[in-house]
Amino acid sequence: MTRIAYYKGCVAGLSARELDASTKLLAPKLGLELIDLESVTCCGAGDIQMADPDYALHLNARILAEAEHAGSDTLLTICNVCTLNLRQAAWQLGNDEKLRSRVNENLERSGARPYSGKVEVTHLLWLLARGEALERLAEIAFKKLDGLRVAPYYGCQLLRPSNLMGFEDADRPTSLESVIEACGGEPVDYPAKTRCCGFPILLAREQTSMAELARPLEQALEAGAEAMVTSCPLCHLSLDAWQKSLERTEGRKLGLPIFHLSQLVALAAGLEPSQLQFSRHVVSLGPVLSKLERVDDPSTGCDR
Amino acid sequence: MRVELQIERFDPVSGETRLQPYELEVREEATLLDCLEQIKDDIDGTLAFRRSCREGTCGSCAVRVDGRTALACRTPVAELAAAGGTPTVAPIGNLPVLRDLVVETAPMWEKFRAVDPFLKPKPGRPADGRETLVPPAAMEVVRKEALCINCGACVSECDAMSVSPEFLGPLALAKAWRFVGDPREGETVRRLEALSGEHGIWECTRCYLCNERCPRGVDPRDAIAKLGAEAILAGHTRDRGARHANWFLTSARTTGWLRESELVVKTLGIVASLKRIPLALRLFRHGKAPLPWPRHKARDLGPARELHRLVGEQDRRGALGIVQGERALDRIEFVRSVAETDSEDVSR
Repeated sequence: MTRIAYYKGCVAGLSARELDASTKLLAPKLGLELIDLESVTCCGAGDIQMADPDYALHLNARILAEAEHAGSDTLLTICNVCTLNLRQAAWQLGNDEKLRSRVNENLERSGARPYSGKVEVTHLLWLLARGEALERLAEIAFKKLDGLRVAPYYGCQLLRPSNLMGFEDADRPTSLESVIEACGGEPVDYPAKTRCCGFPILLAREQTSMAELARPLEQALEAGAEAMVTSCPLCHLSLDAWQKSLERTEGRKLGLPIFHLSQLVALAAGLEPSQLQFSRHVVSLGPVLSKLERVDDPSTGCDR
Repeated sequence: MRVELQIERFDPVSGETRLQPYELEVREEATLLDCLEQIKDDIDGTLAFRRSCREGTCGSCAVRVDGRTALACRTPVAELAAAGGTPTVAPIGNLPVLRDLVVETAPMWEKFRAVDPFLKPKPGRPADGRETLVPPAAMEVVRKEALCINCGACVSECDAMSVSPEFLGPLALAKAWRFVGDPREGETVRRLEALSGEHGIWECTRCYLCNERCPRGVDPRDAIAKLGAEAILAGHTRDRGARHANWFLTSARTTGWLRESELVVKTLGIVASLKRIPLALRLFRHGKAPLPWPRHKARDLGPARELHRLVGEQDRRGALGIVQGERALDRIEFVRSVAETDSEDVSR
């Protein structure tokens, strides 16, 4: 077992609790012991980075410090936005000593612990898609997805800016495809997989946001996808919870089920659908689970 | 070196678009622009494209190569060849195509002009009657934005512009920050108000494609964040985008985590939120609309609150809070390129 500091972020503790739950169930199968960080807060989501940028930096410094004091040199996230904000702060603090010492002074004065500047922030997808991990994944994913046609959706902030993220080619990523394949699914290709879902301005500029959201959903369906998987709970909220609003404005049914990354892998690793809380999704996973003959929970039928 | 290219040709008379393949012999160190010029000179004089300086300064020759916008004069063709396949060269996006690789840039300049890209200095002059002197450190906040060459690579890629053509977009907004952030500027507050309109600062969807493609390292998305930070600081907080950002701040310093269930009302106001009741019910049915009470509180909230107080006293508010550590971020490219050169040296 590898012990690793785990930061679930806001949404996986609230409206996307199914993501946190399935990540925790999946971890032991991946040989990971998650250290749940408790004395941490929101990463700022790019919003506090505008409302009070210096404060946002301090909040991230505190999260990084907590990971370090939990005895982990790596901080695991399950959200694109958390990954970007934490990596950005880690770079700023890791490479600017003067800035780090001012931030640390503030952390200590506030009763928080200081940060040495040496934590690596990673995302679950990156852990899964590295060479050895991928081989291990193919072994534990014994309940293969039976050729299920899955559209990978990366969104933006796990790929860009690539000088901060840098796990793979930001324009031609392959990590989600490799994970889908290792789980026995068939990745479906479509151009909008690295484009925006519109989530950050879903409330502020609904029309623009929804027009962006339409592209990945429509293109994936057109390419023959039976389901989609995303590495980000915020993209998931757009793609899943707002899909019906989009159906209403577009006047046609889409009905594309959206997996969280942890759920897709956990399902292939033999965890029961009921444990993965698919009933919390707005778009029913029912058709996919029936196809895979994995219906063990009537509530997964949702409302379709 | 033998090079194969295919170029997207558009004929405005027939209205047809087609991919035309070309094969040519070029020097090893040739750029994509060298290839385009050679095609025009030796193979096909009808090919239309823009170019001028040939050294990444004039911003004329931006094109899309296999979907990525880049300056043709800064794209070594050997690198394209090494990637395998036949590279496809197309005009930049989000602007109407006039012919082949030439686009109509008028809509881009219209937005550029709309942000009033001139310094409006504060009234008065130094007592000695001479020019206003600015210490170099004070220009740090607009250092990156001043590097812009108006090539339109960011406009070409902007996700929000592709669905909302009226959005001011990364080029105009980065230019706006170039002046709003200038220590000599006298109309900061008025400008920030104008930029907080329906198609301004808060329509950026944070896809980071502009940062990704900018050939000069301007990082337009970061410039938009700086505008957002200054707009909020200047009290322009009525826009939904500003209210959304402020609610995250309120949440963090009161409960640590986002107070998600209140976000809609706090962003949209009560009246507009009422229209979303059907959506709210749908979310509630699936446990996606958590109740505001009992509050989802972070453990050990003291430091989060105290940090907010401490930081408020330290005068790194607004854009100043964003540019700190920016030099550290700049170093990423540098550190990476040094590391790559080192490993190449070893392999040699």
